[in-house]
Amino acid sequence: MRAALRRYGWSYLFVLPTFSLFVVFTLLPVLQAFGLSLQSARIVGGEWIGLQNFVTLAEDPVFRQALGNTVLYSLVVVAAQLTLALVVASLIQPLGRKSQTFYRALFYLPLVNSAILVAMVWRWIFNPNPFGLANTVLGAVGFEPLLWIGSSDQALAAVILSAVLTIPGGGVVLYSAAMGSLPRELYEAAEVEGAGALTKWWYITIPLLKPTTLYLLVIYTILAFQVFERVYVMTSGGGPNNATITIVQLIYSTAFQFGRYGLASAMAVVLFIMAVAVAVVQFRSLRSDVEY
Amino acid sequence: MSSIRTKLPVHLVLLAAGVLSLFPLYWLFLTSLSPAQYVVKVPPEIIPREITFSNYQRLFETTPIIRWLVNTVVIAGVITGFHLLFDSMAGYAFAKRRFPGKDLMFWLVVSTLTVPAQVTLIPVFFILRTIGLLDTYPGVIVPGLADVFGVFLMKQFIQTLPSELEQAARLDGASEWQVYTRIILPLSKPALAVLAIFTFNRYWNAFIFPLVILRDPAKYPVQVGLATLQGEFNTDFGMLMTGAAVAAIPMIVVFFAFQRYFIEGIRVGGVKG
Repeated sequence: MRAALRRYGWSYLFVLPTFSLFVVFTLLPVLQAFGLSLQSARIVGGEWIGLQNFVTLAEDPVFRQALGNTVLYSLVVVAAQLTLALVVASLIQPLGRKSQTFYRALFYLPLVNSAILVAMVWRWIFNPNPFGLANTVLGAVGFEPLLWIGSSDQALAAVILSAVLTIPGGGVVLYSAAMGSLPRELYEAAEVEGAGALTKWWYITIPLLKPTTLYLLVIYTILAFQVFERVYVMTSGGGPNNATITIVQLIYSTAFQFGRYGLASAMAVVLFIMAVAVAVVQFRSLRSDVEY
Repeated sequence: MSSIRTKLPVHLVLLAAGVLSLFPLYWLFLTSLSPAQYVVKVPPEIIPREITFSNYQRLFETTPIIRWLVNTVVIAGVITGFHLLFDSMAGYAFAKRRFPGKDLMFWLVVSTLTVPAQVTLIPVFFILRTIGLLDTYPGVIVPGLADVFGVFLMKQFIQTLPSELEQAARLDGASEWQVYTRIILPLSKPALAVLAIFTFNRYWNAFIFPLVILRDPAKYPVQVGLATLQGEFNTDFGMLMTGAAVAAIPMIVVFFAFQRYFIEGIRVGGVKG
């Protein structure tokens, strides 16, 4: 016992602070979230009610709306982010080292700011007044002003547009790092065969980047599932008729405004399962991909 | 010649994308510096005709924004300091040392990297309520120390360090703690810099967690404070944009000073946007 302690004691001391914090504030809370999802926990009291919370959610039109909005937002935003990151990184790639560094920094700069702050600007841009910037742009190309975040039909589109109009700097950096390490031989062989730049890009670059694409797909999807600040700020927490309500926004209001902790935990479990499902799909696709 | 002809359109496209991407920030600063009558002008002025600091004066006089900034520096600073220490310790143990249970512990830690933070929000709120840390600085800080991105980052880096130096130090009679402080820490400076920048940025921008944990506006970090301004000055966009500008400036300065580390951090695995 003493010998073991002397041999391993330091190792355990080194991991002790992080690991104990991790157990108390991450590992146990994840398990507790599952436990709470099976209880009717409210501000005071609560009892075990089995899957009742999940039945309530399945029948709740607001939750369905939140789920649908979250999925729609994620599909559109992630597709746009992957495309933009790939295209921008491909454009940067043939440039000199200095230009590459400059553009990576240029596209990453907007992302050091908080989601709150960015959403405040977008709220200002998409405000329904004629002096709103989005309406001015519409007017300049001959369209009538829209109500944007003031309308239940257009609010979600404004929120999605605000996310799509930002170049995903992180993805650009990762894609360009991956492109820098692709094997030259394939390109040389293709050039011998007379392949043009676009052909090489489509048939060599994109397939070889699959691991990066999958990684970004998972990270961006899980981040998109968690969209909250944009909705909270741009549309004051859900917009007209819950037009922009999302899962996390609904978790927040259900738990911390209405004190229905059990029901909110059931929503958190749904979110958790969505995130895990995405991660599992990525793991599967990577495993089937033996060549790279 | 042909290189200029082919590269010029590429540069134009990239610059246009960059301008579009930076435009919200430009619009934010522009609005904060515009006199009130220009803020609601139709059509809006893209190039300022007149610049004023009256919004800033009003912001500093009527809101506790300075207090919020100080709170943010303290909260993000303390969290960052602890992460540098704890993550390098754990990263070192996972990278270099052998002990029973190491693989299981590391696997557990890594497996939660993709768990959305909102999943643990309610349970952590309950824990803090039970131990009486709701609406306190430690209540915002301590759970922030449990995030494991840094452990992963430090482990990946320390793994690449040669083991000979550690062995030599042990032969010279250095204690295990001295091996960590005198060999591992100095060699890990590049990774520690990345970790510091990333952690500080992440907690500078944290929102939902402090929003849930803190009640007293005097304790708010600046992001939560900004969100309350939104309620108070709902349509006073000049004022709102000025608050946002004041919250943005420190991170923009940090970015320009430590750009390299941001880019490096993303490569090691910290994509957030």
